[in-house]
Amino acid sequence: MTQIFAYIPFKNGAAEDVALEFPAAAKKIDKGASLTAVVAGSGADLDKVAQEMTSIYSEVIKIDNALFSYPNAEVVRKALVNIIPLDAVFLFAHDTFGMDLAPGLSVKMDSAYAADIVDFEGIDGTTLKAVRQELGGAVSTHMAIDISSGAVMTVRPGAFAPVEGSSEGGTIVDKSGDAGDLSAKRKFLEIVEAEVGDVDITKSDVLVSVGRGIEDEENIEIAQELAEAMNAVVSCSRPIVDAKWLEKSRQVGTSGQTVKPKVYMAMGISGSFQHLGGLKGNPFIVAVNKNPKAPIFQVADVGIVEDILDFMPELTEAINDL
Amino acid sequence: MEILVCVKRVPDTAENEFELNSAGNDLDRDDLVYSVNEWDNYAVEEAIQIIDKVGGNVTVITVGDDESEEVLRREMAMGANDGILLCDDAFDGSDGKGIASILKAEIEKGSYDLVMTGAQADEGAGQIGGMVAAMLGMPYASLVNKIEIGDDKIIVGREIEGGNQEMNEMQLPCVISIQTGINEPRYVGIRGIRKVAKVDIPVKGAGDLGVDPESIGEAGAKTKRVDYFVPDMGEGAEMLEGSTDEIIEKLIERLKAKGGL
Ligand SMILES: Cc1cc2nc3c(=O)[nH]c(=O)nc-3n(C[C@H](O)[C@H](O)[C@H](O)COP(=O)(O)OP(=O)(O)OC[C@H]3O[C@@H](n4cnc5c(N)ncnc54)[C@H](O)[C@@H]3O)c2cc1C
Ligand SMILES: Nc1ncnc2c1ncn2[C@@H]1O[C@H](COP(=O)(O)O)[C@@H](O)[C@H]1O
Repeated sequence: MTQIFAYIPFKNGAAEDVALEFPAAAKKIDKGASLTAVVAGSGADLDKVAQEMTSIYSEVIKIDNALFSYPNAEVVRKALVNIIPLDAVFLFAHDTFGMDLAPGLSVKMDSAYAADIVDFEGIDGTTLKAVRQELGGAVSTHMAIDISSGAVMTVRPGAFAPVEGSSEGGTIVDKSGDAGDLSAKRKFLEIVEAEVGDVDITKSDVLVSVGRGIEDEENIEIAQELAEAMNAVVSCSRPIVDAKWLEKSRQVGTSGQTVKPKVYMAMGISGSFQHLGGLKGNPFIVAVNKNPKAPIFQVADVGIVEDILDFMPELTEAINDL
Repeated sequence: MEILVCVKRVPDTAENEFELNSAGNDLDRDDLVYSVNEWDNYAVEEAIQIIDKVGGNVTVITVGDDESEEVLRREMAMGANDGILLCDDAFDGSDGKGIASILKAEIEKGSYDLVMTGAQADEGAGQIGGMVAAMLGMPYASLVNKIEIGDDKIIVGREIEGGNQEMNEMQLPCVISIQTGINEPRYVGIRGIRKVAKVDIPVKGAGDLGVDPESIGEAGAKTKRVDYFVPDMGEGAEMLEGSTDEIIEKLIERLKAKGGL
């Protein structure tokens, strides 16, 4: 029987959605596997999450330490190495905390490592088959992972179907005393909140969103004109903010804003999961991209293979003529 | 300050339409355009800006084949002082841990204060930096988009969900992975590349590094890519076809129905 552990990320006493997705991932690894949730934190927030997890997981390992009031990956890692069996299959979310902690943990546990898994296809002997994506989602791959000495893996948030809130009636096991030496060479200082911009893209029902396909700062105006015609607001993907062509508050995605528009016009955006991670509420997605193989066409409702620099002005004109 | 930046030669996602080869076990690599991993350019730029301020050296390093030398030269044209190419048939088939072990073996031979990687590369893993740090017993911070240099410490900002920034103090030496947007990588012209065309770049193999052959290559890999495929994503988008006018007419109809107009 495979022993699977899942690290539950939480904020302000509430578990992230991925907590409901690990059980589906674990089933796809091995139907008969045992699954244990691991929660590390401190005080009332931790207790609340641990309790909540007993309705989903049959066993919940709780690690309480004042040092975890903000989870510093390096410190948490030290505790995990002492508490989790080294040959376990250990799941994390592929989020900014999982990315920070999991690769190093796999070294310390001497386990196989695989990141950002979107699907599992079961175990054959000691070989686990997993599905990942490469090149920004342009291609998928099957991975064979040797789990004979354990595996640390991150799974993509949203990739596995969440379980319905059941009532497992699981037990909480307090392992706080086993954390061991937690001295570290990295110290958490503070969180600096993202700046608020002039425009709140989360309030708009229609977004005209531009990606690297806009090619040049001057061309942003073309999108602005389309947005005006549609009574919409211009948002963008990350490279546009990196290039400083638009302000950060216009960025849609996991490291930007989460938006829930009715209609999302993805103009020259390839459709990376970090971008799509900011798009919630099942909007009607229109994708215009000159590459017929762009991954965005797999998630869009309507796809158009055109050059946005030609297409947007024509669409603007047609709408203005209505 | 001695800074080492790990860089990788990758297929350029902006320049290529990816096709599988006829056997389906690899990309059709014949006509692929390669470049430096986007994230690595930000790391090299940051390293150069740091030594411009506090003095020191920037070395760029890659594990790759003969052709990977060109990405080292490109980063040296940006302003990196030295390059190191780690290249050996024995490295073929290495997984992330294998690549990290190879890099670790070379890093140990130097005395770097700061090791930088990109946040992720073509495989979307984001794994090498954290592994190298753990192997070397150095502290690690990923997704860094701000750095302040102190004497034996640095303060870094990690970009987390929602664009918020998690500030950390790190003891040197340490490893950090760099997120895009931390700076604006400088442009490299043909002339810059020509200037460094003749600079000697040492090439080192498994023997020079003294890496354990068991931990690298196909034999050491606990994760292996079995094949590439293009997923069947159900129906996908309704593709609008015809002349641009016809497409626009159809689109406007649908936008009206969905509340977009
Ligand atoms: C931790 C982390 C967090 C991240 N957070 C975010 C985030 O919050 N938001 C985000 O967007 N990204 C985020 N990213 C980056 C993400 O991985 C992608 O790199 C990014 O989303 C790509 O943006 P893009 O689609 O605009 O560019 P590309 O992937 O370069 O795509 C450009 C597209 O435009 C098309 N195109 C080019 N020219 C034209 C033209 N003239 N007409 C029509 N089409 C054209 C191309 O075919 C291509 O499909 C994050 C990455 C990491 C590692
Ligand atoms: N073959 C390699 N040689 C040197 N550095 C690498 C190599 N592969 C990955 N890296 C570094 O690790 C970072 C993250 O890549 P990855 O972990 O593969 O997503 C890259 O941005 C590089 O800095």
